[in-house]
Amino acid sequence: MSKLAGPNIQLNELGKLHHFLTLEGLKHHHLTEILDTAESFINPNTKEIKKVPVLRGKTIMNLFFEPSTRTRTTFEIAEKRLSADVESLDIQTSATKKGESLLDTLWNLQAMQTDMFVIRHAQSGAAQFFSQHVAPHVHVLNAGDGQHAHPTQAMLDMFTIRKHKGDVFDLKVAIVGDVLHSRVVRSQIQALSILEAREIRVVGPKTLMPENPEALGVHVYHDMEEGIKDVDVIIMVRLQNERMTSALIPSEKEFFKLYGLTEARLALAKPDAIVMHPGPINRGVEIESAVADGPQSVILEQVTYGIAVRMAVMSIIMSNAAQLSQHRAEKEAAQASLDLEDPQNTAPPTEANT
Amino acid sequence: MRLVIKNGRVIDPSQSLDEVTNLYITRGRIAGIGSDAPEGFTADQEVDATGKWILPGLVDLQARLGEPGSHYAGSIASETKAAVAGGITSICCPPDTSPVNDSQAVTELLQRRARQAATAFVMPIGALTQGLKGERLSNIHSLKQAGCVAVSQANTPIQNPLTLKNTLAYSSTQDLVVMLRCEDQAIKNGGVAHSGPVSSRLGLPEISASAETVALARDLILVEESGIKAHFSQLSCARSVEMIAEAKKRGLNITCDVAIHQLHLSEMDVLGFNSLFHVSPPLRSMQDKHALLAGVKSGIIDAVVSDHTPLAKDDKLLPFGESMPGISGLETLLPLLLKLVQDNGLDLLTAIRCVTQAPAEILGVQKGTLKPNSSADLSIINPEGVWTLSPETMVSAGQNSPFHGWEFVGQVEQTFFQGRPVFRSAQEAKR
Repeated sequence: MSKLAGPNIQLNELGKLHHFLTLEGLKHHHLTEILDTAESFINPNTKEIKKVPVLRGKTIMNLFFEPSTRTRTTFEIAEKRLSADVESLDIQTSATKKGESLLDTLWNLQAMQTDMFVIRHAQSGAAQFFSQHVAPHVHVLNAGDGQHAHPTQAMLDMFTIRKHKGDVFDLKVAIVGDVLHSRVVRSQIQALSILEAREIRVVGPKTLMPENPEALGVHVYHDMEEGIKDVDVIIMVRLQNERMTSALIPSEKEFFKLYGLTEARLALAKPDAIVMHPGPINRGVEIESAVADGPQSVILEQVTYGIAVRMAVMSIIMSNAAQLSQHRAEKEAAQASLDLEDPQNTAPPTEANT
Repeated sequence: MRLVIKNGRVIDPSQSLDEVTNLYITRGRIAGIGSDAPEGFTADQEVDATGKWILPGLVDLQARLGEPGSHYAGSIASETKAAVAGGITSICCPPDTSPVNDSQAVTELLQRRARQAATAFVMPIGALTQGLKGERLSNIHSLKQAGCVAVSQANTPIQNPLTLKNTLAYSSTQDLVVMLRCEDQAIKNGGVAHSGPVSSRLGLPEISASAETVALARDLILVEESGIKAHFSQLSCARSVEMIAEAKKRGLNITCDVAIHQLHLSEMDVLGFNSLFHVSPPLRSMQDKHALLAGVKSGIIDAVVSDHTPLAKDDKLLPFGESMPGISGLETLLPLLLKLVQDNGLDLLTAIRCVTQAPAEILGVQKGTLKPNSSADLSIINPEGVWTLSPETMVSAGQNSPFHGWEFVGQVEQTFFQGRPVFRSAQEAKR
């Protein structure tokens, strides 16, 4: 079982990322390092993301306990651009599966010399759970756990914002839609507050807001016009179909009437406001096509940046691991030389030495 | 076999007794209490309890004993041993066994196994409905004849109000305590954590307080209508305590209990996704916790239970929401109560009453008392004994406790069941 130092279990003893589970508890410099590294993977002229040998010889296992196409694909592309050996597994799991088999699966795959797991799971806290049961040298990267966190998605959103606004600092951001069930929104809110956005608003019907939104440090708006007034960034969240069947909202049509992003509404935001969406978009439900395809939309850029940001996170984690083993080796060497200087600590010569 | 336990501080709420004196035991029963022995009593054996407390054996209204079925860890033999290690000598076991205890056969099996173990008194609770499905009535009369002291739905309350209404009307003529846990499954909606700041942060599916209070309101009205004596199990919300107080004031014949962990833990403990804190009903807010403790202090909450749920390691070795809810709690019921006495201003006699006299009266049994001629079930406590809970020293087959590492003051040294020693602490055994 890996036991990590410090209150934040995703950091190693040097305070650097060992796993990437959530943005909660991370510092400004952790996030900036990810954004700067992602920048370095993008050719400034061609916008092309080059293949680099950073993770050559490393094995990354993508474990998807919940179906996903885009996230999985961008992870795979990112891993391949880093020259890692990549294996992806879709694991259909029943909610009542015994712990034995769940952890046995993990340990079996770990025994195949896996260096890093990228895990998506339907349960909140699952990534943390797995990170507590992998070997100390194995890394866990959260690709979405239940309604808890999706930190790489939030980081690519921050990257996109930085690309267009220069900095997240002092911006007003509105997140519109299903906040209650969204792991993406939870991570976005944490990223925005760590990067010191001036104001974070969440906009939507009461049924799609957590009961204690104040606990997240956001301002709640139930009125769309008020909520997006004068903001720099609008992030639309995808509305899941099952929200209608559980009586949280009446219909897509009414939702669009109240919260759909139209050109008229977009005009209430700052003139240079950007429109984001983690995708896939429901045209005519969350967003009007004219806006989705319009000049202020950066939705497709987000997908491209997702590759660079995921490359950044993985390469940072692996270089932190290298740095840590070097640090430990140096510490051991220093200790050994101290032991030599101190005659009392010197072990008696063994027969083999004499 | 005649035994005298000398110079102990005898604490028995059923006799409003708290004094240093002697306790005499003849043939498994209490022969008397006082400085002078009862007439004709000569002791075969003497136990010196100077500086120690003598408590009636505790009565636990809700503890799972692992049998029958493999749903829970342990067996009647292992779990009654855990009980007496915690000073508990009378245990009600809920019907959520496998098969469900909705028949004479299962009730008799439980009693037979308990007699074989001969470590503690086991009182089966029968299922209110067949298979606990909340649809068809169990043979409640037959269950009573077989020895059930109460009927309940364990953790699967009846959802259909008409079924509950009929169930209560039928039970009202059977002279059995009906135990009700209040939880509206529709509002619960698959939730796993109290809906509050913590669930909002962690994205854990939420269970709002209304899942309990809506069901409680409905149940109170149906209980009042049927005129039945009902017991409400494992309250978790501040509002529930208010509703119970109000109903008692109206004259309803009701009692209620709270699980001991609800008086020590809160939603804040869930922050690390640690599945050992996954319980049902969920750990709620600090405000709820304080209101529950105030309810115990004022007597609105009659009894405190362990809600002992021994689980195999694998059942907790899962992400929070997929893990099985429950705490292995027999060995921490008394220690956690004493902690409330030491740290939170709970009166000692009230604390002991909640786990002796009160639950015995709820069931209408002669337990949890040291009155003459009652069964000599008691424990000797070293009030200064300091110890720490750890998986290695737990007796229960389920080591799923969030209290590992907690330091307790007050240690059970010996427990007697029907006048026989059934537990000795490691320190005591060394002497």
